[in-house]
Amino acid sequence: MAAIPSRLIPAASFDAERVRGDFPILERHVNGRPLVYLDSAASSQRPRAVLRAIEDYETQSHANVHRGVHALSQAATEAFEGSRERVRAFIGAKSTREIIFVRGTTEGVNLVAQSYARPRFKPGDEILITGLEHHANIVPWQMVCEQTGCTLKVAPIDRHGEVVMEEFLRLLSARTQLVAIAHVSNALGTVLPVKRMIDAAHAHGAVVLVDGAQAVPHTRVDVRALGCDFYTFSAHKLYGPTGIGVLYGREELLKAMPPWQGGGDMILTVSFEKTTYNDLPWKFEAGTPNISGAVGLAAAMDYVESLGIEAIAAHEQGLLQVATSELQQIPGIHIVGTSAHKAAVLSFTMDGVHPHDLGTILDHEGVAVRTGHHCAMPVMTFFGIPATARASFGCYNTEKDVEALVAALSKAREVFR
Amino acid sequence: MDLKELYRDVILDHNRNPRNFGRLDPSDAHADGHNPLCGDRLTVSLRMSGDRIDDVRFDGSGCAISTASASLMTEAVKGKDKAAVGQLFEKIHALLTRQDAVPDSSLGKLAALSGVREYPARVKCASLCWHTLNAALDKGAATVSTE
Repeated sequence: MAAIPSRLIPAASFDAERVRGDFPILERHVNGRPLVYLDSAASSQRPRAVLRAIEDYETQSHANVHRGVHALSQAATEAFEGSRERVRAFIGAKSTREIIFVRGTTEGVNLVAQSYARPRFKPGDEILITGLEHHANIVPWQMVCEQTGCTLKVAPIDRHGEVVMEEFLRLLSARTQLVAIAHVSNALGTVLPVKRMIDAAHAHGAVVLVDGAQAVPHTRVDVRALGCDFYTFSAHKLYGPTGIGVLYGREELLKAMPPWQGGGDMILTVSFEKTTYNDLPWKFEAGTPNISGAVGLAAAMDYVESLGIEAIAAHEQGLLQVATSELQQIPGIHIVGTSAHKAAVLSFTMDGVHPHDLGTILDHEGVAVRTGHHCAMPVMTFFGIPATARASFGCYNTEKDVEALVAALSKAREVFR
Repeated sequence: MDLKELYRDVILDHNRNPRNFGRLDPSDAHADGHNPLCGDRLTVSLRMSGDRIDDVRFDGSGCAISTASASLMTEAVKGKDKAAVGQLFEKIHALLTRQDAVPDSSLGKLAALSGVREYPARVKCASLCWHTLNAALDKGAATVSTE
């Protein structure tokens, strides 16, 4: 009997080969070789379902939102507000009033820094972050410190790339007004024990913001189960478009915060004497929003749910394990970030080959990885390295991609032998 | 495009064994160069006789292209005056950025950098040391003019 092609065997679990077919860009070649995309932690690719949803919106429904009585304006408003409801359900928020559309995670953090922290904080107050934060969760707080005279505290990490929990707990005090932590480290992949950190921060009366940019694509996030006060993430790491993201905030906090930017859509009435602000969430959405982006984000969430976020995570964990053990066998490769709890991110260095040379050689083989400091310079400083190469996995990666990475690494060794 | 065009033997050799590596102390001028995009850092220090570079060293950390380029540069500019260094810089700049640039014999071993122009993301790696040298020479001039 002839062998059955493996793709015809019903998949017992996750069928990554079939998933690949949903992503048109993965069909292309780079430098004459099939693209091996291992840079999803920087930006993931978009499935046809997302591209189609955006095209449908643009070709059938586009007009400005919250404006006109004409059919298209209503269709656009329905699409936009429908997307907000999709986001609410996806992260388990209580109300769509708690879902603010922003440009991305960076804008989400800045909104909280400027609208929550800046008007409240005083000299003597403290903001606590960790040693593995992305620059987007460091710099906005440094700006608030300059503006208000409050102090930034940093909980250190250990050689595995985990937050030293005793130090984090020790740094919490009555002075701690706000704790800002990554859910998952972008440079190392470490998954932080955010629930425990949130509970500890709340015990000291601090408000907690979680940077979920790297977590949302790999784990089910339930903001109410976590109990965080703010949670922010970007669509483009979740198979959605760029230029759109979400800030979740607890309603009572958002209500008490002043608007961040002024303009259209964020007001109820305007006169030269007095302006009254719009209700949540529109109070924080001045100007015409990224409507097609919101539509694309909602479609991305539908797509992720259709695959099952737990199934995606399990598939990626499998790839991470295979890639980790393969790379450990290559002489001269050092994995940076060795926490037992990691998302599908593999940072590494190779003796005698600078990460940028590695990046060029891998690209030459069609393998796309990120090289550099990953917008986390303090993490690089901690490990005493200028940069790493980082392979990161998404729902569309397969063991063949890991094999291609390993082959490209031996090519690098050959060039630099 | 063959990787060997970028990583020629001369480049690999100067990366592995950089020439004039270290820092001149005392020096007449020095400057730091930093490429924030990739984290490359290097320092160029100079000893001058009037307008002429008597001695030059560099140190820092960077990729093979940036290390080899700096090493080759120190060999090429030692003993040259500012005008000659300026001319060399123009030629190197053309070599790194223009597809039609043909290395002439005055470039010597620096011609090994011609493969870099096929990799636009790497041009800055090769040119960082030259910009740093120019900054050091400008400072040197400033020092000279105040004396």
